[in-house]
Amino acid sequence: MMGRGLAGSGFRRQVASYSFLIPWLIGFFALTVGPIATSIYLSFTDYGLMAPPQWIGMENYIRIASDDPRFWTAMNVTFTFVLLSVPLKLAFALAVAVALNKGLRGLAVFRAIFYLPSLLGGTVAIAFMWRQIFSRDGLLNRGLEYLFGYDGPGWVSSPSTALYTLVLLAIWQFGSSMIIFLAGLRQIPQDMYEAASIDGASRARQFFKITLPLLTPVIFFNAVIQTIDAFKAFTSAFVISGGDGGPIDSTLFYTLYLFQEAFVNLHIGYASALAWILVIIIAFFTALSFLSARYWVHYDD
Amino acid sequence: MLYPLLWMVSSSFKPNDEIFTSVSLLPDKITLDAYVRGWNGLSGGFGRLFFNSLLISVLAVIGNLVSCSLAAYAFTRLRFFGRDFWFALMLGTLIMPQHAVLIPQYVLFLKLGWVNTILPLVVPKFLAIDAFFIFLMVQFFRGLPRELDEAAIMDGCGPWRIYFKIILPLSGPVLATAAVFSFIWTWDDFFAPLIYLNDIQNYTVQLGLRSFVDSTAQSDWSALFAMSTLTVFPIFILFIAFQRLLIEGIATTGMKR
Repeated sequence: MMGRGLAGSGFRRQVASYSFLIPWLIGFFALTVGPIATSIYLSFTDYGLMAPPQWIGMENYIRIASDDPRFWTAMNVTFTFVLLSVPLKLAFALAVAVALNKGLRGLAVFRAIFYLPSLLGGTVAIAFMWRQIFSRDGLLNRGLEYLFGYDGPGWVSSPSTALYTLVLLAIWQFGSSMIIFLAGLRQIPQDMYEAASIDGASRARQFFKITLPLLTPVIFFNAVIQTIDAFKAFTSAFVISGGDGGPIDSTLFYTLYLFQEAFVNLHIGYASALAWILVIIIAFFTALSFLSARYWVHYDD
Repeated sequence: MLYPLLWMVSSSFKPNDEIFTSVSLLPDKITLDAYVRGWNGLSGGFGRLFFNSLLISVLAVIGNLVSCSLAAYAFTRLRFFGRDFWFALMLGTLIMPQHAVLIPQYVLFLKLGWVNTILPLVVPKFLAIDAFFIFLMVQFFRGLPRELDEAAIMDGCGPWRIYFKIILPLSGPVLATAAVFSFIWTWDDFFAPLIYLNDIQNYTVQLGLRSFVDSTAQSDWSALFAMSTLTVFPIFILFIAFQRLLIEGIATTGMKR
């Protein structure tokens, strides 16, 4: 059957069909397949753009694992950021979504107001504004002084707190997760709550027995998206730290370290190996969330 | 929630000595001096940077709309050998992190002599590299009735005529969603301009703002806030104008941001 479809007048149809795919096919091979293959190859080489790549086998990977303290710092910073920002952001988004879903007036307005930060949050302007709020003479310390007479430290310039200002910035952008939660909440049939109320179930019990179980597919989806996004975070750390992941590497996100190695130090081969480790970590977490889903996500029958 | 944003905007209208002495949002007296100082703060001025950002963003929108709608049309409305195979690969690129291709793409564009031009930022969009928009359009095209295509084939229309005369005219909503999101994402993008653009006259507003932050050595706060406000202003306008579209886009596809 397939053979007949290809023959005769079918051939012209094939050509016509493929003509629509030409831009995508060029992009797919030139900008995706080719680069993936090149990038795997480069990760096994010593390459600095000037001289041709030198094959060095596993040496980049061995050095990363055994002889690169900044790699471990970057891992530590990135995992701390992901493990703090994602659950807090989701919890916040869910709480606000549940509150908004209780038939509050002006839902559309609140939804829009809460969404605006996540639309703007990734920009240089917002990162800069954030740096000002948490700087030594910034808005937060002015407020603390005004209210409590407390003279706060420079939150972004102190290595023990800088990362947490970035976590806060991520949580501040909870709006898009909230919108997805709101869409999910609307799918839950109202009569389930009515039946539960008649049976005398409290609000809290309704939340844990109805809302949460029925919302798990959406929570799972949001968790995957946000985790991947958190691993990729770059602009805010770059701007707030002035580009170097400081102070004392306390905001050295993995992406920032990768950027420095590849485009500042021009350690192209080494950076390719770093890039693949990040890709594998992200792929691992994506797979993990999909695999774990079957144990705790309740899909409709 | 919005206090930080409002503070940023209001500070841009305050004189420098008032910004940190008062936490009030209302300036004692409104002054536009900061905008004038900021606009001329970088050598060559911000006007040039706004033009660059606008050019890159508009070209990215055109590229995404053209190339992604062509691919989505082929994947949903045409039957050809290998379609499901290519479709599966396209879905694969959707979840692949950019970091896998970042460095070789840079080396490629460097060898082509494209670094420090807008080509690396624009050409990939014409090659449907943002698989997300293909996916978005695939979802929409699947909802259009097949009878339309069949009737057109009866009338002797080829696939190109069907694409131009039937599919595109019916796809206003999805094209608008894709256009608004690709404009915003390109306008906001910091990483790609950072690695590809070196000369200040080629900078986008994001890069310009960042070097302005570094170069003023944090003394002229209100000028910095003024330029910060200006760089997010176009996004804010789009947000006001297309609020419903943006929120529905996120709610139905789970688009990030």
